Amino acid sequence: MLQIVLAVALSPLLPVVIQRVKALFAGRQGPPWLQGYFDLWKLLRKGGTYSRTTTWVFRAGPLVNFACLLVALLILPLGGLPAVVSFDGDWILLAYMLALGRFCMVVAALDTGSSFEGMGASREVQFAVFTEPALLLGLAALARETGMMSLSGMYGELALTGEVPFRILLSAGMFILYLAENCRIPVDDPATHLELTMIHEVMVLDHGAVDFGLIQWGGALKLWVVGALWSGLLPLGALRHPLALLLAGLGGLLGLAVLTGVVESVMARLRLLRMPQLLVGAGMMCALSLLLTFR
Amino acid sequence: MALGAGGPLGVALVALALLAFSGLGAWLAGGRSERGSVWLGAGGAVAACGLGLLASVRALWVSGECLLSAPWRIPYGEFQVGLDPLSSFFLIPLFLLSGVVAVYSVGYFRPWPGRNPGRFWLFYNWLVACMGLVILARNGVLFLVAWEAMALASFFLVVYDWQEAEVGPAGWLYLVATHLGTAFLIALFVWLGRESGAQDFARYAAPAGMAGWVFLLGLIGFGTKAGLYPLHVWLPVAHPAAPSPVSAVMSGMMIKTGVYGIARLLVLLGDVPAWCAWLVLLTGAATGVLGILFALAQRDLKRMLAYSSVENVGIITLGLGLGLLGVATGAPRLAVLGFAGALLHVLNHAVFKGLLFLGAGAVLHATGLRNIEMLGGALKRMPWTGAAFLAGAAAICGLPPFNGFVGEFLIYAGAIRGIVGSGAGVVGGVVAVGSLALMGGLALACFTKAFGIVFLGEPRSGMAAMATEVGASMRYAMAALAGFCLLLGLALPLGLRWLEPVVGQLSGGAAAPPGRAEEVLIPMALFGLLALLPVVAGALAQVRRRLLAERVQRESATWDCGYAAPSASMQYTATGFVQPLTEAASGILRPRVESELPAGIYPAGGAFRSETPDAARQLFFDPLFRRAARRMGQLRWLQQGRVHWYVFYIVLALVALLAWAVWT
Repeated sequence: MLQIVLAVALSPLLPVVIQRVKALFAGRQGPPWLQGYFDLWKLLRKGGTYSRTTTWVFRAGPLVNFACLLVALLILPLGGLPAVVSFDGDWILLAYMLALGRFCMVVAALDTGSSFEGMGASREVQFAVFTEPALLLGLAALARETGMMSLSGMYGELALTGEVPFRILLSAGMFILYLAENCRIPVDDPATHLELTMIHEVMVLDHGAVDFGLIQWGGALKLWVVGALWSGLLPLGALRHPLALLLAGLGGLLGLAVLTGVVESVMARLRLLRMPQLLVGAGMMCALSLLLTFR
Repeated sequence: MALGAGGPLGVALVALALLAFSGLGAWLAGGRSERGSVWLGAGGAVAACGLGLLASVRALWVSGECLLSAPWRIPYGEFQVGLDPLSSFFLIPLFLLSGVVAVYSVGYFRPWPGRNPGRFWLFYNWLVACMGLVILARNGVLFLVAWEAMALASFFLVVYDWQEAEVGPAGWLYLVATHLGTAFLIALFVWLGRESGAQDFARYAAPAGMAGWVFLLGLIGFGTKAGLYPLHVWLPVAHPAAPSPVSAVMSGMMIKTGVYGIARLLVLLGDVPAWCAWLVLLTGAATGVLGILFALAQRDLKRMLAYSSVENVGIITLGLGLGLLGVATGAPRLAVLGFAGALLHVLNHAVFKGLLFLGAGAVLHATGLRNIEMLGGALKRMPWTGAAFLAGAAAICGLPPFNGFVGEFLIYAGAIRGIVGSGAGVVGGVVAVGSLALMGGLALACFTKAFGIVFLGEPRSGMAAMATEVGASMRYAMAALAGFCLLLGLALPLGLRWLEPVVGQLSGGAAAPPGRAEEVLIPMALFGLLALLPVVAGALAQVRRRLLAERVQRESATWDCGYAAPSASMQYTATGFVQPLTEAASGILRPRVESELPAGIYPAGGAFRSETPDAARQLFFDPLFRRAARRMGQLRWLQQGRVHWYVFYIVLALVALLAWAVWT
């Protein structure tokens, strides 16, 4: 249970870490460490402005997305620590919870009738077509490598037995997936919603107040959820004590955020037309890691 | 365990008879009283479906097998019907969907007075009765008669609006396709009957060593009805032409009689070679991915739903393929999960695809439009229809906690067993996971498009702006199916013990240890998490309400960079929404695009047209039929139009047959 409390409580730190790393590269000071919480506090206490075009779908979208992520946390192991609930094939549920969240955000965006948000929604579903097979093939590779069928089992076993080439290939693929799912550079630019970069940020243009707070918090939670899938691939074989495992998992998430900040600082966003190639590339890496398990 | 004729089988037969007679009665009464005709037709359908549903659930519960036969005066024929777990299972979605659609149809056909409503009820009730008889038949001749009657009843329903220009060719294509499929089935039953000397299912025996080829015949024949790629070409033409309740039953249930046929054939043959398993698996994967790709590119709401049915039949076939692979490689868990997933998807698809077609029908009823590009903002004008359609859309994308997820989860779970295991199951599992995930992503794009463009935003045409909510009977029918989507999604994971006899039948009993199938099927924790999701969302909604309660809430226009006069045509279109994906897949979709770009300093105007015709038809069937027509044309001189020539042909044929009979 501690993991879930930690995820909900600590996830707003992750975007700030990324921003501070970027600020470091740019020679700026960056936001205070607690900026994520300040934003949430402000947003949760604001009144809202709603478009006359919108319906209950617009209001329900961010909420259901947040609920999906909360439920996903229940089956998410962190750094070798088993999840609260674990059963064979739970990673299918995890992938589909993320998909349900995406479905809700997309229809909420379309509810405004805005062409900007339509564009963002269109790109969001386009990328999902590429990321979903990649994610599931990657997790299937993990299942085959470890011989386990639940997330907790897979990551627990991997810590003991995983081979190095497999780890490298899969974590490279998963890292691209992490960037894509969380709308980071080189897939999307979270700092702006201008036309050329608009995917996630533009989908939420019309959201405000509590709804936008839930979106921000949900975004941070998604960094946590997908990040945990990646950081579990780190070789932590020597660790046994639960506290050490927990710290290692948190460290992995933090390191991943730093890595994301570095990537965002040193490279530009890719052209939109190149995006399918990048995402198919990620899928190929996951598929290749699956191939590596045929020995 | 044998049950008497007074048991579920008898009740089911009474239900079928009730359907047949109430249809006939509605037709006869239609000339005198429209109201009486509708009451008779719909009342008969609802009562019969309720009765049939009770019987089939009861039969599945006791999981016995009963058989009833009565002698007939045709060669090889015997009126032999039976009710076993497989039949009972397929009867459940049949009666469930048909009953709800009958309620819907009462409202759907109301605003056109002066027409005899009995015509619809005659063919509708007969279609349902024939589907029931197909599922109950235990004799080859009876099966084919019922199959043909089903095809004809549905043909007359497809051409119900025969005055409209597009309906005639659509009906014709459907008639040709279904008969080509039936031709293969006749060959199949003749072959099976020749081996055993009888047409009773119980006495059928596969010719030694030829089981695979027999199965292939059945796969083509039944696959035409089910809509397997590339035999699906009639679906996207017939469904938009048919009235929406008819599309709902045809897409939700009639194409499943094809799946039933394949399943029944598996039970009859007992054991098929491994290459059949691969064929089924790969056909399913290809059908699914291609079906949803073409669905994505459609602008006609009902044609899109028809292509999506092709996708879902692909998912079902994929599950069957995994099951067969499990049987062939001796992996019982793979077999159990694959078959169970396929079966559940049959039930689930009947519910949500029926719902979506009814929703599309409600939109068509309210606006007269099927073109997604001209719709919009329907959720505000038709809140019931919109909410029900949203539930159906989420369910068909396989999203939890709706019913679509449960079936797909089982197929995934089977695939994972395959991947973790060894041998052929690994490759099969990878194919299944990859294609299912791809289909999931594409379905998400397809149905966010359908719901988002039709129901959200602002109306894109005057017709769409004037939409009003449909009448009570249509609303209740849609609400019932939407309720089933959620209810099945939450209740199915609770227990699948009732599915065991059906799965056991399909896997031939040899591969599966049915007694312990339950622990393999669905983990209890899944049910808990699925049920938790609405609870968490509800709690969050309460928190949100509290937070917003004391705050100012204002209304304003959608933000548009300060542009002063936003118009509905500035919204994203359906074609635009999926353009990145259709562009990426243009090699497969082969869209026809005609565009005239604005040119010059003062452009006078531009034009853009695009359509995505069916590739299988363009590349394969149309050339084939053109060539066939040319060849046949050379034989025209045989047709003189004079009776004495035809008499001569008959004599010639008789002499030839006589000579053959004497000679052999």
